Amino acid sequence: MKLGIGAAVLAGVASIGLGGFTGLAWMAPVPAEAAPAAREAKTGKAILAEQRRARGAYLARAANCMGCHTAQGGRAYAGGRSLSTPFGTFITPNITPDKATGIGQWNEDDFWRAMHEGKSRDGRPLYPAFPYTEYTKVTREDADAIFAHLQALAPVSQKTSPSRINFPYDFQPLLSLWRMVYFKPGTFQPEPDKSAEWNRGAYLVQGLGHCSACHAERDPLGGIRATVGGEAAGGGQIMGTNWYAPSLNGRHEAGTAAWPLEEIIQLLTTGVSQRATTSGPMAEVVSQSLQHLTKADARAMAVYLKSLPESKPTPPVSTPARTEQAEAWLQQGARIYKKQCEDCHGASGEGASGIYPAFAGNRAVTMNPPINAIRSVLNGGYPPSTTGNPRPYGMPPYAQVLSDAEVAQVLSYIRNAWGNRASMVTTPQVDKSRIGIH
Amino acid sequence: MIEDMKQLLVVVLVFIAVPGFPGGANAAPREIPDTMAERMKPCTICHGTEDRAGRDAYYPRIAGKPKGYLFNQLRNFRDGRRYYRPMALLLANASDQYLLEMADYFATLKQPYPPPERTALSPAETRLAEKLIHQGDATRKIPPCVECHGKQLMGTAPFIPGLLGLPRVYLIAQLGAWKTGGLIRGQTPDCMSDIAKQLTHEEINAVAAWLAARPVDGSMDAAESLPVEMAKRCRSIVMGGAPQ
Repeated sequence: MKLGIGAAVLAGVASIGLGGFTGLAWMAPVPAEAAPAAREAKTGKAILAEQRRARGAYLARAANCMGCHTAQGGRAYAGGRSLSTPFGTFITPNITPDKATGIGQWNEDDFWRAMHEGKSRDGRPLYPAFPYTEYTKVTREDADAIFAHLQALAPVSQKTSPSRINFPYDFQPLLSLWRMVYFKPGTFQPEPDKSAEWNRGAYLVQGLGHCSACHAERDPLGGIRATVGGEAAGGGQIMGTNWYAPSLNGRHEAGTAAWPLEEIIQLLTTGVSQRATTSGPMAEVVSQSLQHLTKADARAMAVYLKSLPESKPTPPVSTPARTEQAEAWLQQGARIYKKQCEDCHGASGEGASGIYPAFAGNRAVTMNPPINAIRSVLNGGYPPSTTGNPRPYGMPPYAQVLSDAEVAQVLSYIRNAWGNRASMVTTPQVDKSRIGIH
Repeated sequence: MIEDMKQLLVVVLVFIAVPGFPGGANAAPREIPDTMAERMKPCTICHGTEDRAGRDAYYPRIAGKPKGYLFNQLRNFRDGRRYYRPMALLLANASDQYLLEMADYFATLKQPYPPPERTALSPAETRLAEKLIHQGDATRKIPPCVECHGKQLMGTAPFIPGLLGLPRVYLIAQLGAWKTGGLIRGQTPDCMSDIAKQLTHEEINAVAAWLAARPVDGSMDAAESLPVEMAKRCRSIVMGGAPQ
């Protein structure tokens, strides 16, 4: 019930249009989107349908459908993006309403079955590369709105190439078995003793936002060991990538229990904050999805994330033994730091708030495994351009400047300077991150 | 009195600033310049003033290239039409608006040109290069380079790049990529690919060496407009490179 109210309020906001949303618009009681004459000409039913589509467009942003269903530089929602996983390469389908190549022949029930039960229109079970394991918590009303939005898109005729699924995972009965073990259609159950805001946040994180798709540890069969909000949600390496999605439950990873609420909101919606900067897949999520959230929804997510229990066990501090060899390694790192990093990140790793991340006390650099830090040094990158941070400062790529050993040395130094304590980074670890996968 | 207040203020600020700093570092907060130059550090690590000094000498000069050309290339890299992984990763989540600002910054950036490369061309090779550059070869539908890239070979605003001040190896690599049709995907008609496919390897080598050996003078500038016929033949570039 509480959730219902939240959703109704949301519908009002969403119909103002995503582009025009501001904090003030949130206060505006009635959306003024159509000229009065045009509005009079429409029947009540048409207005409702239009509002539902607008709401669906907003919800599709929150669910970041476009993120996977759009190829790099391709037409929005026309599919064709490759998702590489240990089980094969999945090619995302065209979900524009093209009758021959998209989902033009689907109806609301078909769409609901895909979202809620993970089954295609013809009843075949879908591979969980499509995160129905999370979308199953999306309400029927929201799923219908998203479907209305998708059906209102311009149809794009673009045939989806077949996915290349490895043996033996291409054997359908195995998928059915997997589903029996790892998947149960569910609905979001609001917790009555928590606030409507908290429940809204939980719904967004667990359902539409499908945060667990990345921020959860998976077993070798791709089953999620514990979801966000579950008892022991660890982080995990994102399948098929050299990125580690940190645990949202651990204060040594990406837990936000100790953060001021405003900073969590800032990170989610602008991509940067004093304590953290988004990069890689998370930068993409901020860019395509989270920055478009209403203030109320971003806040609700933050409230929920902040409340997550500290359940990821604190790892034992693995301070490297300070042998002569280790000292020499760190000294090399210090030299490289002075030459390449100090200019932006400061002589004491203090950074510059909201511009260049501080390293002292920064868990993104001390985290295990260190793959994200290695990637950042090798490939550099900009945080996303967002409404709140349209012209970000960035990190230069060093892959062509530093050798593997030098990257390992400078990271080992950063991980063990200014009060930081973490394992040394090795040359093979850097080498592994240089090649192949994104 | 004012001096006392100043001192007091300094003391107060020090007390506020230091404990609040992440990691408790004892350095004073640093001023990061709010400029494009500061924001473009990730670019200038390779596309710096010493343009050819990269490890593999493949980083071209971008300062002073036409804005529209730079903007198109930035979008092409980000969206995967022009494939180069480091650029794609760097620009992954940059908005069109920001890319346009980057293009504008580099287009108007004045940087001294590097001294010309010393290349050893035989008189025959020189004649071959000069003929292609100034006259082309009508029998093979190869227009003279100057037709599009400007009389001074400094490009044509806003979409055609200049050809001078670039490393020889970079020019060879780009012409080779055009020749195999792999430089920019999905661009039709692809006039530069059609031209490069007509060129032999000897011609590519001669033209690249000749261009790299030309001195550039700071007063030289991009041409202002493209001949109508070439604008028609290369309309995909003039239209902006992105699929319409």
